[in-house]
Amino acid sequence: MSPSENPFYTAFALILGMDQGLIDIVTLSLQVSLLAVLLASALALPLGAALALWRFPGRNALIVLLNALMGLPPVVAGLCVYLLLSRAGPLGQFGLLFTPTAMVIAQVILVFPIIAALTRQQVETLHNEYAEQLRSLGLKQLRMMPTLLWDARFGLLTVILAGFGRASAEVGAVMIVGGNIDGVTRVMTTSIVLETSKGNLPLALGLGIVLLSLVTLINALAHTVSETAKRRLG
Amino acid sequence: MNASIFPPASFPQSLMTTVPSLHFDQVSFEHRGHRLLAPTTLTLSGCQRTLIMGPNGAGKSLLMRLAHGLLTPSSGHISWQEEPPAQAMVFQRPVLLRRSAIDNLTYAQAVSGVPRRQRKHMAQQALEKFGLVALAKRPARVLSGGEQQRLALARAWLLNPAVLFLDEPTSALDPAAIKAVEDAVNEFHQNGTRIIMTTHDLHQARRLADEVVFMYSGQVLEHTQAQHFFDTPASTQAGAFIRGELVW
Repeated sequence: MSPSENPFYTAFALILGMDQGLIDIVTLSLQVSLLAVLLASALALPLGAALALWRFPGRNALIVLLNALMGLPPVVAGLCVYLLLSRAGPLGQFGLLFTPTAMVIAQVILVFPIIAALTRQQVETLHNEYAEQLRSLGLKQLRMMPTLLWDARFGLLTVILAGFGRASAEVGAVMIVGGNIDGVTRVMTTSIVLETSKGNLPLALGLGIVLLSLVTLINALAHTVSETAKRRLG
Repeated sequence: MNASIFPPASFPQSLMTTVPSLHFDQVSFEHRGHRLLAPTTLTLSGCQRTLIMGPNGAGKSLLMRLAHGLLTPSSGHISWQEEPPAQAMVFQRPVLLRRSAIDNLTYAQAVSGVPRRQRKHMAQQALEKFGLVALAKRPARVLSGGEQQRLALARAWLLNPAVLFLDEPTSALDPAAIKAVEDAVNEFHQNGTRIIMTTHDLHQARRLADEVVFMYSGQVLEHTQAQHFFDTPASTQAGAFIRGELVW
């Protein structure tokens, strides 16, 4: 195997050479996935906490639904967003299909159930511990929400990371709603699909290594922050 | 604990007013078909130190949670003579937030509506009062058991309660920490706070009690002045309990 066919060589050559195409792809990937996780968290954290704190008819059904949606196939999410955003669809007038915005929307739909369902579990566990003290202080559920979300912060960081893992790794949804347009909606996972089908395996593998390294790096950072804080705060 | 700094000038003096009495009218409590508290009629009045005594499972904590409003009775009702007064509760295992010691105090103040400007200063006073100044910035949950319980008492102190409930607050503590808690209880009481506390420690009850509520198997068997209870218990169970016999 010559050096140029060695995927690791290719990967490092791309990274060290600061290949502009690669940088664009990586930047767009991170932008789309981070924005999707941010938006999904803003919606799912309060919803998960609310599900943990309030009892209402249909609550169990909602929990089961969220748990089931954690396994929503990305292509199905992609298809739904595609139908919504296509010219003939209800949101077609905004012309969002095949834009990064469409990719963010699709990933929010994928990530939201994961963060909501896992937040519900974390907050419910903490609430079991805190409930009597908080009620003794005179708190109602609405006021408990920020307290519990804040005190569960380290567990929730892991939850958000699980959401980010899902967003950065999926290919089905962004492929369908983004279209893998070079320089516009091409991200790491869609590039890997493309390069593989072209037979350019070293480049595909190289991109895979970059993707894996980035995800590992982000997880390592979060883990360090969380462990240090946990040790300090008990 | 230093009595000379007490009471701090910034604390309202309203807590010297009389404490409204608490009335249980045929209150019972059931959970999943099990009757845990038989219909109970009881009036707790005056600014006394009431010790609820009895063996494990007698319903002491249950009675207190009903009084504090953490549980709703299955039948009967619980009423205060006037409006329900300011209350606080200290639990067997202190529940502290995952924040620093002082943040635990300012949190309770924020919840009870103390203006932001005053919180730090009052929290600092409470830390001083309970000997926790050096630990102000430490995460509350890495403090020792005794320190955690003192922090829980400091938090209750800042709520300025007319009634303080304590659920076996010393059962997991060493003698020095127990002394600190008992001193704190007495300071609350001297400051006009009514004390309602559970214990199964006879010696502690003798040290603290003005009156005793003795419970056995989900029933209130006795409610008398402490001296009377210890000298001439009316029920055989209470007599055996005081003699330290294991009859149940």
